[in-house]
Amino acid sequence: MHFDELIGHLGQHTVDGLSKGAIYALIALGYTLVYGVLRLINFAHSEVFMVGTFAVLILWTQLGVQNNPPVGQAILFLVLGLVVAAAASGGTALALERIAYRPLRRKNAPPLIFLITAIGLSLVFVELFGQVLPKLLGGVLPEAFGRPRQIVGMPTIIQQETLFTIGNTAITNIQLIVFVAAVAMMAILDWFINRTRYGRGVRAVAQNPETAALMGVNQERVIMLIFVLGGIMAGAAALLWSMRFGFTQNSIGFVLGLKAFTAAVLGGIGNLRGALLGGLFLGIVEVYGASLFASNWEDVIAFVVLIVVLMFRPTGLLGESLGRARA
Amino acid sequence: MIDKIRSADRRRVGVLTSVGDRWRALTKWQQAIGLAAFVAFLYYLPLLGVPGLTWLRTDSIEGGNNWAGVLFVCAIYVLVAIGLNVVVGLAGLLDLGYIGFFAIGAYSVALFGSVNSPVVKWIQQEFNLPPTWAVTWAICLFIAIVLTMISGVLLGWPTLRLRGDYLAIVTLGFGEIIRIVARNATGLTNGPVGISAIPGPEGPPSVDNKVFGLIDAKPWYWLAITFVLIMVILVRRLEHSRVGRAWLAVREDEDAAAVMGVYPFKFKLWAFAIGAALGGLSGFLFGSRNAFIDPTQFNANLSILFVAMVVVGGSGNMIGVSLGAVLLAYLPERFRDFADYRWLVFGLAMVLVMILRPQGLVPSRRRARELKDRAADAEEVPAHV
Repeated sequence: MHFDELIGHLGQHTVDGLSKGAIYALIALGYTLVYGVLRLINFAHSEVFMVGTFAVLILWTQLGVQNNPPVGQAILFLVLGLVVAAAASGGTALALERIAYRPLRRKNAPPLIFLITAIGLSLVFVELFGQVLPKLLGGVLPEAFGRPRQIVGMPTIIQQETLFTIGNTAITNIQLIVFVAAVAMMAILDWFINRTRYGRGVRAVAQNPETAALMGVNQERVIMLIFVLGGIMAGAAALLWSMRFGFTQNSIGFVLGLKAFTAAVLGGIGNLRGALLGGLFLGIVEVYGASLFASNWEDVIAFVVLIVVLMFRPTGLLGESLGRARA
Repeated sequence: MIDKIRSADRRRVGVLTSVGDRWRALTKWQQAIGLAAFVAFLYYLPLLGVPGLTWLRTDSIEGGNNWAGVLFVCAIYVLVAIGLNVVVGLAGLLDLGYIGFFAIGAYSVALFGSVNSPVVKWIQQEFNLPPTWAVTWAICLFIAIVLTMISGVLLGWPTLRLRGDYLAIVTLGFGEIIRIVARNATGLTNGPVGISAIPGPEGPPSVDNKVFGLIDAKPWYWLAITFVLIMVILVRRLEHSRVGRAWLAVREDEDAAAVMGVYPFKFKLWAFAIGAALGGLSGFLFGSRNAFIDPTQFNANLSILFVAMVVVGGSGNMIGVSLGAVLLAYLPERFRDFADYRWLVFGLAMVLVMILRPQGLVPSRRRARELKDRAADAEEVPAHV
């Protein structure tokens, strides 16, 4: 136990945790949206994120991005990366819905069957990117698929620099960008769900599917919409991840997905603002825990947090709602 | 194309049910003779030589045949499937952390039975025992079962009150926690270095071992299949007892079961503990046969493989899940040239079975009826209004 270490660098750990948690929060939104409307855990959502990181990787290597491009180019690459990652992730999420979940919904299958299907899909995607695509595209895209199942690095778009320091807390440019971008994406989503016509449809289906249908809401379209929205948020997370950590791998989604799900449950699954709070909270707890014990216990801390939260407050910090409070 | 497959599948299920009905129509004596013949066949299996079926390549010996070794893996996977079937198929709790119990079973025999384990070394020092001392294999078996049952209860106590899908994710986390602890707690488990010299029934591995050696897998298979048969009988008895009926009631409708005086939490906890013990027993045999374990052998993919065995085989039906286990253990060995694709195929198989045949290859009759009821409900109220 290193209490001195934790207390001495409390500010630094908090900042690190917030920028880490922002990525969890963006992924958590995908779980929360789908759960809020369909009451299902989209276990394959972690793979939606993974596909996004590979899309960014392929884009950047195909554009021939060098390390540390000038600022103008860097912004262009980031914006292009966001578009491509959002398209790839959103498309993947939509494909999952159409191919796997829709036939199950027609049959009114029990939730566990959805979950098992999602686990199978997740495995299929991991293997697709670890085994099949390297065989097919290894020659065409050697930067992305040349070394199957290995960690592949990406070009550094933004060199990490300390922007300013408060006390002994240093805040880097990357941390600031990640945090601000993630919160901005969530603010847009929040506005979309709470203020627009489409968002009203989503909330209506979440509250009561049958009544919503009677009022003229197209349920299938709402379901497609939430999968795409969750995918876009995962795509944004994929871009921020690529910018901050600069690597990806076919199996990257598993642990990250579990943590994002933990974040969603922590904040109250089905609750958009809860996902933000849960993600940030989990990021901070993890960094604190890692400094208290050792960094190789980080994952254990996240899972223990999940179990403790579910034991004492299964509805999460802010309660479950995508439209109303639920029993 | 899909319609053709469906109709072929329906015919196959028809044959299966008629075989089942005929079997039940036989007299007690005829059934006993049939079962005895089947058991004898199971014991004879490793000696069977059918080209293409039982000649399985092995990497350890040039041109060697690993048929008995694969049979051993099939047998311990059947144990896992029977245990997981109690949890998933009978009690209806999706456990994605089953590898955790498997690992605890394997680590119990390693930690208490091997002279290289930190635990045994500590005991030797504390009680001034000779450096060759370690807990005997049979006592390790007992320890493994007790430890896994305790860990099943410890995991189940806080989590079994959760909704089904939450439970699945929490158990997934549990499996990861066990693996990470095994990797990080170097003072207890040797960490990533692993533990060697894990004993078998004849003591630690050595060239003097006449029966349970490292090369010949046949005795190990006979040992494992003996455990499997004992466990099949015990679980079958349990399934048809008051406890088994309680599990079915809880699975089908928890509230109704509670109203009828079945306390769901108690029976779920029992299912968890019994399932855990079977997983632990399987892990115990695995560790004992391998003589060496390290944390990388217990990753989360195996948990998913275990669930795949149960759902592909037909959850709730012991014959079905055993078949699922044998298929998923045997096929990757038989088609080793395609072994790279095994996880892809498992994933696809899970998705296809869930979409086309959610009751599994050899369905439990009761479970098939439940799913049919739900589908009928869906037809009354169209899902896409």
